[in-house]
Amino acid sequence: MKDGVNTVALTVFVLFFAAVTVMGFLAARWRRADNALHLDEWGLGGRSFGTWVTWFLLGGDLYTAYTFVAVPAVIYGAGAAGFFAVPYTIIAYPLVFLFLPRLWSVSHRHGYVTPADFVRGRYGSRGLSLAVALTGILATMPYIALQLVGIQAVLDVLGVGGGASANWFVKDLPLFVAFAVLAAYTYSSGLRAPALIAFVKDTLVYLVIIVAVVYIPMRLGGYGQIFDAAAHKFSAVNPATGKPVGSLVSGPQAQWGYATLALGSAMALFMYPHSVTGVLASRSRDTVRRNTAIMPAYSLMLGFLALLGFMAIKAGVGSGVKGYNAQLAVPQLFEDMFPSWFAGVAFAAIGIGALVPAAIMSIAAANLFTRNVYKEFLKPDATPAQETQVSKAVSLLVKVGALAFVLGMDKQFAINLQLLGGIWILQTFVSIVAGLFTRWFHRWALLAGWAAGMAYGTWKAYGVASPTTKHFGGSSTAIPVIGEIGYIGLTAFVLNLAVAFVLTLVLRAAKAPEGVDETASGDYTAEAGDPGVVEEKTLVAPAG
Amino acid sequence: MTDTPTETPEAQAPPGRPPVVTPVRVLAGLCLVAPFVATLWVSSYADTSPDLGGVPFFYWYQLLWVPLSALLTVSAYLLVRREERQRRVRGGGDAR
Repeated sequence: MKDGVNTVALTVFVLFFAAVTVMGFLAARWRRADNALHLDEWGLGGRSFGTWVTWFLLGGDLYTAYTFVAVPAVIYGAGAAGFFAVPYTIIAYPLVFLFLPRLWSVSHRHGYVTPADFVRGRYGSRGLSLAVALTGILATMPYIALQLVGIQAVLDVLGVGGGASANWFVKDLPLFVAFAVLAAYTYSSGLRAPALIAFVKDTLVYLVIIVAVVYIPMRLGGYGQIFDAAAHKFSAVNPATGKPVGSLVSGPQAQWGYATLALGSAMALFMYPHSVTGVLASRSRDTVRRNTAIMPAYSLMLGFLALLGFMAIKAGVGSGVKGYNAQLAVPQLFEDMFPSWFAGVAFAAIGIGALVPAAIMSIAAANLFTRNVYKEFLKPDATPAQETQVSKAVSLLVKVGALAFVLGMDKQFAINLQLLGGIWILQTFVSIVAGLFTRWFHRWALLAGWAAGMAYGTWKAYGVASPTTKHFGGSSTAIPVIGEIGYIGLTAFVLNLAVAFVLTLVLRAAKAPEGVDETASGDYTAEAGDPGVVEEKTLVAPAG
Repeated sequence: MTDTPTETPEAQAPPGRPPVVTPVRVLAGLCLVAPFVATLWVSSYADTSPDLGGVPFFYWYQLLWVPLSALLTVSAYLLVRREERQRRVRGGGDAR
C-alpha cells in the first residue's frame, strides 16, 4: 500500500467525489417546499420521502463506511465473531416493525423531530427528554468521527494518506477537503443532500459487492479454498493468550456473546438519532412499514461484505506483516484483486459511504441540540426559522468537532467511544419503546433506570482489557447471575428495565406526580391523510 | 369519522372496541418472532457441515435467513394491513 499513488484508481475516486458534491448542492432544489425556513424542511427533508427514497436513505444511513471497513476487519482478524452483524441486521427489522410505525404516527401528529421530543411530549418530563437527547448526541459524535476512519483507510490504500513520513498537514489534507465539502452542502441542502447522494452510494456499494463476491472467489480458487485458508489461519495459537487466534464457527464459549451482541445491537439500531431522522423523514406510516420489509436487502449485502474478510486472508493481504491494521484488509483486497479503474469505483463506494451517514448524523445531532436543549432550555420562544438557523450552525460545529477528534486524539479513543455509544444509546430504549405502547412507567423511574444502565455499562466496559488496550477493550463481559460472557449493553438494559419497573411501583404507591401526557391513544396509529392529520397544526406552525 | 351504529348492520355487530388479540395478529406475531429464534439460538447452527459450495453451514444458514426473515416480515405486513382495512371498514377511524 505504500508503493506510491494508484493514479487510475485515484482519478476515478475523485471523479465520483466531484459528482456527488455537485449533487449535494443541487439537492437543495430537489422537492423544494414553500416553507424553506421550517426545521422540518432542512432537518427532515420536508417529511416527504416515499418508499424508495426512504429505502436508499436508510440504507445509506445505517450501513456506513465504518461498517464496511470494520465488519470484514473483525472477520479477517477473528473469524465467526464478526459475523454477528448478520443476525443483528436480520432481527432488527422484525423488531422495529412493531414500534417504528407508532413512532412515526405520533411524531407526525405532534410535529416531533427527535426521539427526545417524543419523550418530552409523552411524559411531560424535561429531565428525561434531556437525558435522551444528550445520550443521542454523545453516542452520535464518535460515530461521525469513525466515518473519517473509513475514508482514511481508503486514502491510505490509494497512497494519498501520506504514510508516517509526511507531515500532518499533507497527510490529512484530503480528509480536510472531503469534510469541508460535506459540511458545506449539508449546511445548504440539509437532509435532501444525503438523501440524493444515497442513491449513488447504495448503487455503487451493491455493484461493488456483487462483483466482489463473484469475481474474487474465481481468482482465489473458490469458496472452499478461501475457508480452508481461513481455518488454517485461525487455528494458529496466540502466544499471549495460549488460545487460537480465531475460529471459523462460533464456539460454545462464544455463543452467548454472539447472540446478546446481535440482539442488543438490533435493539439499539433505531435508537440512534440518525436512524430516527431517516424514519421521520418518510411520507407515511405505510412507507415505514414497507421499509422494514425491504431493508433486509442491505443485510444480505452486509453478509457478503463480511465474507470479504475471509477472501483477504486467502489473498494473503497483510500476511507476515506484524501488527497489520486489519481495517485496511478490504480496501487492500480491492486494490490487489480488481483492475485499477474498478478499485477506484470500490473506493468511491466506501468514501461516499462515509459522507451520507456523516451528513445525516450531524443533522440528527444538530436537531437534538436545537429542539431539546436550545428551544427547551435556552430560548423557548424560538421561531421555526431560528431553530433552522441554530440547527445548521450546530451541524457545522458537530462536524468540526468530529474532525478535531480524529486528528487530535488517538483513533483508538474514537473507537472506544463508539463502542460505549452503542451501550449508552440502548439505555434510551425503555423510555422510547415502552412509551410508544404504555404510559405505565413513571418518568422518574425511567430516568433512574437510564442512569443505572449508563453507569453500569460504562463501568463494565471500562474494565474490559484487550491485548491492545487496558480499558474499553471490548463490549462483552461476564453476565452476573448467568455467568456467561455477554454483551454489556444488553445486561445494562436489563438492569435499566428492572430499576424502572421497581421504582415505578414505588412511585405509584407514593403517588408521585406523573406529568402531563400530551398524546392520545389514537395518535399512535394515525396515518398521513387521516382525518385530523392533514390540517394538523404541526405541518405549518411552530411544532412542539 | 364518528360511529353511527344505526347506519349499517356491520357497525352494529362489534360492541365497543374490537379485540386486541386476534388470530391474524397472532399469526403476524409468529412471523416476526421466527427470525429471533432461528438466529439467536446459536448452538443450533454452529457447525461447519453441511457446507454449500465450500461455504460452511454457519455462514450460509445465517445468510439464508436474511431473505427468509424478509419474506416473513412481508407476510406480517400484509396480514396486519388486511386486518386494518377490515377494521376501518367496520369500525371507523380509531379502530386501528
